[in-house]
Amino acid sequence: MAVPNFETTIGLEVHVELKTNSKAMSPSPVQYGSKPNANTNVIDWGYPGVLPQANKGAIEYGMMASLALNADITRDLHWDRKNYFYPDNPKAYQITQQQQPIGRHGWLEIEFEGQKKRVGITELHVEEDAGKNTHGTDGYSYVDLNRQGTPLIEIVGAPDISSPDEAYAYLEALRQAIQFTGISDVKMEEGSMRVDANISIRPVGSSEYGTKVELKNLNSFNYVRKALAFEENRHAKIYMSGGTIKQQTRRFDEATGETVLMRVKETADDYRYFPEPDLTPIHVTDDWIDEVKAKLPETAKARKARYVDELGLEVYDSEVLTQTLAMANFFDETVSFGADPKRTANYLMGDVNAFLNEQQADLEETPLTPAHLADMIKLIDDGTISTKMAKKVFKAITKGDDPVEFVEKNGLKQLSDPAVLTPMIDEVLDNNEQSIIDFHNGKDRAVGFLVGQIMKQTKGSANPAVVNKLLMAGLQARKPE
Amino acid sequence: MANEQITREEVEHVASLAKLALTDAEADMFTDHLGKIFDIVTTLAEVDTENVKPTYSVTEMQTVLRDDVAVNAQQSEALLNNAPEHQGTLIKVPAILNGGAEG
Repeated sequence: MAVPNFETTIGLEVHVELKTNSKAMSPSPVQYGSKPNANTNVIDWGYPGVLPQANKGAIEYGMMASLALNADITRDLHWDRKNYFYPDNPKAYQITQQQQPIGRHGWLEIEFEGQKKRVGITELHVEEDAGKNTHGTDGYSYVDLNRQGTPLIEIVGAPDISSPDEAYAYLEALRQAIQFTGISDVKMEEGSMRVDANISIRPVGSSEYGTKVELKNLNSFNYVRKALAFEENRHAKIYMSGGTIKQQTRRFDEATGETVLMRVKETADDYRYFPEPDLTPIHVTDDWIDEVKAKLPETAKARKARYVDELGLEVYDSEVLTQTLAMANFFDETVSFGADPKRTANYLMGDVNAFLNEQQADLEETPLTPAHLADMIKLIDDGTISTKMAKKVFKAITKGDDPVEFVEKNGLKQLSDPAVLTPMIDEVLDNNEQSIIDFHNGKDRAVGFLVGQIMKQTKGSANPAVVNKLLMAGLQARKPE
Repeated sequence: MANEQITREEVEHVASLAKLALTDAEADMFTDHLGKIFDIVTTLAEVDTENVKPTYSVTEMQTVLRDDVAVNAQQSEALLNNAPEHQGTLIKVPAILNGGAEG
């Protein structure tokens, strides 16, 4: 425990942006990187008289998230309006699911310090995202409504988390669970995953929770952990000096690693929720749930089991490969092209990960493809190239080169043909009679020397296994009388 | 419910949520007006709703959803020209001073 004599209670609220084609309530495209306001229409701008058109895809993604998080799907849904004024939300309300969240009573299994633990998921809501404001220094703010109306899922976690490190483990598990459904990129750095945290501490054994503080501006998992750890200590210090914690919202300052007061909450927010009159209620049938279940991709857990049971990988390897969907998909594709699973796993966990770290890039952004990796691995396995040569080939395929062509063009082919190698070996033996005598006198070093000579002759391209075999045969044949 | 009266404080609170600045005279007037509306609405409380399900929509329709197909309306230029001010393709608004963003 980080703070002696106190226990910590943490609840996390996570917003996940959905990768639907169109927005939650309008057919405008959901797309990153477009010119500001290019993906907007009269509905997104909240023009008078427009009516929302609820996106079936957003509801289905909400069902997928609920299924992935073991939540019960609510059968009778309706939308609610949450009213507030802000320029990034021109219609002055957000359409959400306040009364009937799409999912309830879910849970997520996390593994922390070798222990498995279930963290409750209180509920999941489908709702709309707001636009983006930038604040100028010229007395104006600037609004881009491209993001306005992008569907979100708000995942309200139960206050079951008892340390900042556990919060980190929860976020990793949540990201993985959502990522493998394919409904979101869940990238903190791109804003497709956002985290708010509530934290309170209380003396061990106390039956009542301490006053909770809300934390915002948490832009990475690491900052979530840091901000929570800072708060934990701040609360403990205040309590131990006889003070009280005020209910407030605090912001994490990345530069100082401290949390800073944003606002004191004097009254509860007053959003005047009411049922959205412009949209019909939604009824979810068993058939519809079955249909969505059938569309759900394989979970990380199922993949791990398959890698171990069917492909014979180590448990540790299966865990590394399923850390991200991109990595797991890359692995599956490479293997589907006929590459050996074990060697593929080793390459992905070793050279590929090192390459990604060095480039600070995501797998899907690089020119490296599963087909090329598979071809390279096959070249190693059939003896065409040595693992040493493979280093060069690997470099080339990370730049998008075709491994077969690259090997051909650069003469990296391993020399394995006995018809070519035997005369060369004979020549080396003819020129090194002393080594033959040494070998037969039990000096193993002689073999290394001879292999070195052959490698020199072939400019390093000879297949060491084949050379060894042929050399041994040659040496035995020349046993002195 | 039936005897509840709307107070002036409530009117002022709702006005501030709606970003409306009311004069004293207006606040008095709306307290009176809203009180009368409230009275009429509270007569509904006399209806026996024991076995009536909550109504979220007045139509009988259910599960009307749009397929997830993106259509760009190509309206942004017209919309921007209709905004009070814009710069490039951004909407220009008076500086936003304090927080309040949701998301």
